[in-house]
Amino acid sequence: MTADPETLSQSATVELKTDDLQRALACLSGDWSSSGKLPLVDTLLQQFPERFSGDLRFDTSAVGAWDSLFITWILRLTEKAEASGIRLVYDGLPEGVQGLIHLAQAVPERKGARRSGKSQGWLTRIGHRVHDILDNTRQLLAFLGEVTLAFSRMLIGRARFRRSDLALFIQQTGVDALPIVSLISILVGLILAFIGALQLAMFGAQVYVANLVGIAMVREMGAMMAAIIMAGRTGAAFSAQLGTMQVNEEIDAFKTLGIDPVEFLVLPRLLALTLMMPLLCIYADLLGIAGGMLVGIGLFDITPTQYIEQTSSAVTLTDVGVGIVKSIVFGVLIALAGCMKGIQCGRSASAVGEATTAAVVAAIVAIVVSDAVMTLIANALGV
Amino acid sequence: MSVPVPHIEVQDLTMAYGDFIIQRNLNFTINRGDIFIIMGGSGCGKSTLLRHLVGLKSPAAGRVLYQGVDFWHTDEKQRGALMQRIGVLYQSGALWSSMTLAENVALPLGEYTDLSADEISEIVSFKLALVGLAGFESYYPSEISGGMRKRAGLARAMALDPDVLFFDEPSAGLDPISARLLDELIIELRDSLGATIVVVTHELASMFAIGNNSVFLDPETKTQIAVGNPVTLLNESVDPRVVRFLTRGTVSQKAPSPS
Repeated sequence: MTADPETLSQSATVELKTDDLQRALACLSGDWSSSGKLPLVDTLLQQFPERFSGDLRFDTSAVGAWDSLFITWILRLTEKAEASGIRLVYDGLPEGVQGLIHLAQAVPERKGARRSGKSQGWLTRIGHRVHDILDNTRQLLAFLGEVTLAFSRMLIGRARFRRSDLALFIQQTGVDALPIVSLISILVGLILAFIGALQLAMFGAQVYVANLVGIAMVREMGAMMAAIIMAGRTGAAFSAQLGTMQVNEEIDAFKTLGIDPVEFLVLPRLLALTLMMPLLCIYADLLGIAGGMLVGIGLFDITPTQYIEQTSSAVTLTDVGVGIVKSIVFGVLIALAGCMKGIQCGRSASAVGEATTAAVVAAIVAIVVSDAVMTLIANALGV
Repeated sequence: MSVPVPHIEVQDLTMAYGDFIIQRNLNFTINRGDIFIIMGGSGCGKSTLLRHLVGLKSPAAGRVLYQGVDFWHTDEKQRGALMQRIGVLYQSGALWSSMTLAENVALPLGEYTDLSADEISEIVSFKLALVGLAGFESYYPSEISGGMRKRAGLARAMALDPDVLFFDEPSAGLDPISARLLDELIIELRDSLGATIVVVTHELASMFAIGNNSVFLDPETKTQIAVGNPVTLLNESVDPRVVRFLTRGTVSQKAPSPS
C-alpha cells in the first residue's frame, strides 16, 4: 500500500511479465476502485503467449486503494483464465482481498438454484401462455363458485361476517363517494349538453338537448360514470386491502380458524357495493340532468320549466330501470374483480400493486363489455 | 411422562409447489404433550411443512393424521372441526389489522361458542393477561410493538383452548429476554393446558430449552435426516450435517478451503 497521499486517484494499470518457464506475474499499480476505470480482463489475457498453461501470480505492492470492484475483476479474471488453462495464485494479493475471495468461494453455488436465462422457444412460450390462461380461468371459476356458495349461505342466514363491517363498507362505498360522483356527473351532463346543443341549434331545435342529456344520462352515462369512479376508488381499495391481508398472513389466520375468508371478507364488500351502486346511479342521473340544465338555461335560452318538462316527457321509467339494472351488474363486477385480485394476491409489496392494477383494469373492461352486452339485450327486447 | 399417545402422524409426506419438490418422504409422529421442533437451515421447507400441518396447503403425496383421522381425506365438516382445535401463531402475528386486540381474540370465540358478550370479553381479557397484555384490549395492531403483536397473536391462537398450538419462528425479531420469556410461556402453556406444541425455529438456545422431540429437514437431499430429542441429537448424532447445525458449525470439519 504505497499510495501517494498527495494525488487523489491514480489510474489502475496492469503490466504482465511472462518467462519461458510458464510463469506469469501481473504487476498491478494505482487505485483499483470504483472511482476509476479498471483495465479490461480480456486485454490482459490477450497478452499471454499462446499455449500458456502455468501459474499467474500477482504483485500488488503498488496498488493503492481497492474495493469490491477489484475483487469482481479478479473473479472475472479467474473464470476466464481457468477456461484457457491458466491457474491463478492469490498469494500476492492484499490480505483483505484474499479473505473476501475465499469467503465468496466458500459456499459453492447450489446446483439447480440458478434460473437459466436462456430464452424459451416460441412453442414453449405459447404453451406456458395457454397454461396461464387455463389456470386463470380455473381460479376465476373457483372464486365465483366460492362466492356463490357463500352467498347462498347468507340467504339462509348462515353466513358469518361482521355487521359492523358491512355498515362501514356501505359508508365507504356510498356516502363517502358522493363528492366525486357529484363532480363527475355534473361535468358529464354539462359536456353532453354542450356538444348536443351546438348541433341541435343548427336546426333551431336546442330544446331537445333535454331529451339527449336525459336519456343518455339515465340509460348509460349515470351508471357508467358511477361505475368507473367506483372501480378506481373502491375496486382498487378492496384489492389493496385484501392483498395486504394476504401478505400479512391475515387470510391464513382466518382459514386456520375455520372461517371462510370469502364469506367473512368478500361478502360484506360485495353486498355493500351492490346495494350502493343503484343509489349512486340515480344520484348521478339527477346531477347529470342538472348539469345539462345549467348549459341549457345559461347558454341556449331554455327556461327551467321548459327543460324539466322536456326531460320528463322524454325519459320513461323503463329508461331509469335499464340504468339501475346496469348499475347493479356493474357493482357486482367491480366488487368481484377487486376482491378476487386481492385474495389471489402474491406475498410481496409489488404483488399488492399488481393486484390493484389488475383489479381496476379487469373491472373497467368488465364494465364496458357487460354494458355493450346489456345494451344489445335491451335493444333486442325493445326496452 | 407416561406412555406417549400419538397426536399428529405424518406419513410419507411429499410437499411440492407445482413440479418443484420441497421435501419428500417425511415420516414422523408428534405425541400428545410434546414440544416438537421443526428445524433445518433456511429454505429447507420448515414453514411449508407447517402450512401442511395446519391445513393451508394440501400434500402432493402422503398423509397427515390427527389422532388417526386423515386430515386431507376426511369430509369438509370434520376438517373444519379439526381446524378449530388448532391454534397458529404466525411469524408476524397476522393480527387482523382492522380490528382491536380484543376483537381479534373475540372473533373466534364469537364464531364457535354460544357465550354471551360479557363472558367473551372476560375470556378475552384473561387471554390477553396470560400473554402480558392486560389493558391493551382497545389497541389496534398497528399501535403496538412487534413483540406485543406476536404475543397478541398468541392470545388469539389460544382463544379456543386448542389441542395443538403451532408457532412459526416465535422468537424471530424478539430481543433475547423476550424470546426467553416466550419460551417459558410455551412450556407453561404445555404444562397447564396439556396442549401439544409444534415450533418451527432455528433458534438453537430455544430448541434445546423447550424441545423434547424434533425433525431435521435437509435442503440438499430434500428429506428428513434426523428425528428425536434435540439434546440427544446433539450428543449422539453421527450425521455431520446435523451436528454442524446444532453446534453452529463450530464442531466438525472446518470451512471448506478455496482450492
